[in-house]
Amino acid sequence: MEKKEYTLSLLVNNKPDVLARVAGVLGGRGYNIETLCVDATLDPRYSKIVLTTIQDKSTINKIEKQLIKLHDVHKVTDITDTGAVSRELLLVRMKLTEKNKADIALIINSFNGRVVTMNGDHCVIEITGEKEFLERAIESLKPLGIEDSARTGIVALERY
Amino acid sequence: MKLKGAQILIQALKQEGVKVIFGYPGGAVIDIYDELYRENIKHVLVRHEQGAVHAADGYARVTGQVGCVLVTSGPGAANTVTGIATAYMDSIPLVVLTGQVPTALIGTDAFQEVDIVGITRPCTKHNFLVKRIEDLGKTIHEAFHIARSGRPGPVLVDLPKDVMQATGDYEPVSFPDHAPKSSPVPSQIFYIKDLIAQSRRPVLLTGGGVILGRASEELRRLARRTMIPVTSTLMGIGAFPGSDSLWLGMPGMHGTYYANMAISHCDLLIAVGCRFDDRVTGKVDHFAPEAKIVHIDIDPSSINKNVIADVPIVGDCKAILKAINDLLEKDNFTVKEEERTEWLRQIDTWKTENPLSYCQSDEVIKPQFVIQKLYELTRGKAIITTEVGQNQMWAAQFYLFDEPNTFVTSGGLGTMGYGFPAAIGVQIAFPDRLVVDIAGDGSIQMNIQEMATAIQEMLPIKIVILNNGYLGMVRQWQQLFYEKRYSQTDMTYQPDFVKLAEAYGFMGLRATKPEEVEPVLKKGLSHPGPVLMDFRVAREECVYPMVRPGAPIHEMTLGSREMTN
Ligand SMILES: Cc1ncc(C[n+]2csc(CCOP(=O)(O)OP(=O)(O)O)c2C)c(N)n1
Repeated sequence: MEKKEYTLSLLVNNKPDVLARVAGVLGGRGYNIETLCVDATLDPRYSKIVLTTIQDKSTINKIEKQLIKLHDVHKVTDITDTGAVSRELLLVRMKLTEKNKADIALIINSFNGRVVTMNGDHCVIEITGEKEFLERAIESLKPLGIEDSARTGIVALERY
Repeated sequence: MKLKGAQILIQALKQEGVKVIFGYPGGAVIDIYDELYRENIKHVLVRHEQGAVHAADGYARVTGQVGCVLVTSGPGAANTVTGIATAYMDSIPLVVLTGQVPTALIGTDAFQEVDIVGITRPCTKHNFLVKRIEDLGKTIHEAFHIARSGRPGPVLVDLPKDVMQATGDYEPVSFPDHAPKSSPVPSQIFYIKDLIAQSRRPVLLTGGGVILGRASEELRRLARRTMIPVTSTLMGIGAFPGSDSLWLGMPGMHGTYYANMAISHCDLLIAVGCRFDDRVTGKVDHFAPEAKIVHIDIDPSSINKNVIADVPIVGDCKAILKAINDLLEKDNFTVKEEERTEWLRQIDTWKTENPLSYCQSDEVIKPQFVIQKLYELTRGKAIITTEVGQNQMWAAQFYLFDEPNTFVTSGGLGTMGYGFPAAIGVQIAFPDRLVVDIAGDGSIQMNIQEMATAIQEMLPIKIVILNNGYLGMVRQWQQLFYEKRYSQTDMTYQPDFVKLAEAYGFMGLRATKPEEVEPVLKKGLSHPGPVLMDFRVAREECVYPMVRPGAPIHEMTLGSREMTN
């Protein structure tokens, strides 16, 4: 069966060990988690976990069934292809030179990014968007000398 | 009223109806043991913590109640892991209470600290670390609730020493069955009825879920009304009477010829409370190739996991079987003789062509013969536990079980050393029943120390060792698939089991010739105390039929006609 990246959204108890249990369901079966985002919901007793993993349809169904069996997991939703809004945050640190400054500014502009901080000849840039959007941003910045970068992984929310 | 943590724990256990705890003390649980000293809950002192878990598991399997274990932190907790994994694989409800170092020391590599919650995360249904006395009572009740609800399983509760010493309040809490037993969907029930009516070659395949779900009666009703032959996985043995003519025996790797043939040729397979383990299905693509598959199970994750079901039904198997039976009854459904004769006749042909058999010998004791004699002499009324290996398969093949909860074996994990401590739990539950552990000489040595427990508790358990001086099942694979390179499976070096038994206070008996089998069994079984019987059996006997790993189940090596010695 064809594999692709699936996005699962989980409502879980906001307690120690819950993330380890969730990760264990995938890790224990040899499945990789591509991205992971966790934070408390408006009700602090619960957290929302959004994770992505590359699987075929039948495997993702099995993973969902195993996840919902966990006592601390209240809800598992596969929000892949549901039109859910999905965003990721990218931070990039660049070394500024007389030569690249102008180009960096242009790229930041075209990706709706902004400079978060500037320290002497270093700057950290933030860009949000969908996964592919960020990948394009990285490709554009690469030739100008990326020192380091970090990404949050995908957060996603159903439209209704 | 303020109570100490240890007192709250005991009150909560009593509230849950715990009548016996299997355990082993240590520093981290000394406060709990101090409370037990004053209380009237029975405690069985094992000789190894693994034994405690297996004993509680055996107790749970035959009573249907949650088994309860209490052990200390660190090594005590770590020693429970194999037992917990065994119970997890077979969906047995347990609550395992482990001591833990004081909360302030957790994570510091304190003396006798292990992260038992971390270690057992993948082999428990759920587990808890109780960090505050306020959470204690509720957590214990929740643990019992989780262990017994839905698809049952083991739950571990880690109890730091300071929480046991702290004082707090206790309010009994009860957890409603939050997943209310969904009632069967009428359209599905009608559909199954139609399938049964249309089918010419139906088979019922049942598993441990029928026993755990106490659905044995409904299964019998259904099979008899519809004249559908029944096969059952190792875990489901006993749910349908082994002496019934519709009984096919166990399918799969060491299943009967006729069960495997029936599955391979049926046009309707109604699977109830089983999970299609690879030992049952053989090569999955060739499993029941001509059949519509109905799969009834309480655990949604079992469905479509290994075998794709045409009719998946999630729910309590007793309720669903009852709904089918009630509908059939209401409609006055009967199978016309001629609709079944052809199929049943075909099955009879398979049965007579290749019955379970072995080659009897005048010189050496055949292990199968010991089991057959045991069956005859006990008239099938014993509760049998088994170890793992050939002994387990021969027990499943040659002892016929007529009632559920009378065959106690480690199916999913296949844990050597399970049977004897499990027999302790069984005998504690039913002091007046005849309890026999069918063992191999390898397996019995894995928890043989529990003989001391049996003596202390005055349990009249009978151990039957099929002693081939080999790790027989592994040797069998080496014989069949590794050109008889018996790498590390020869166990000729073994204790004198008779003397060892006597040293513990058991009666020890031995049989070395076929004609001694019956007298030894008679003497051993009629003795009022515990007995170990050492049967020196044919060393290189193999379990047949055998489906090679990865082969379809209709391709069996029968072997039974050839002399293997
Ligand atoms: C704890 C454990 N270790 C290893 C195995 C692998 N194993 C499966 S059957 C078997 C041989 C069992 O030998 P024995 O108890 O003498 O029984 P027999 O097969 O000879 O009846 C072994 C080693 C196991 N199932 N459990």
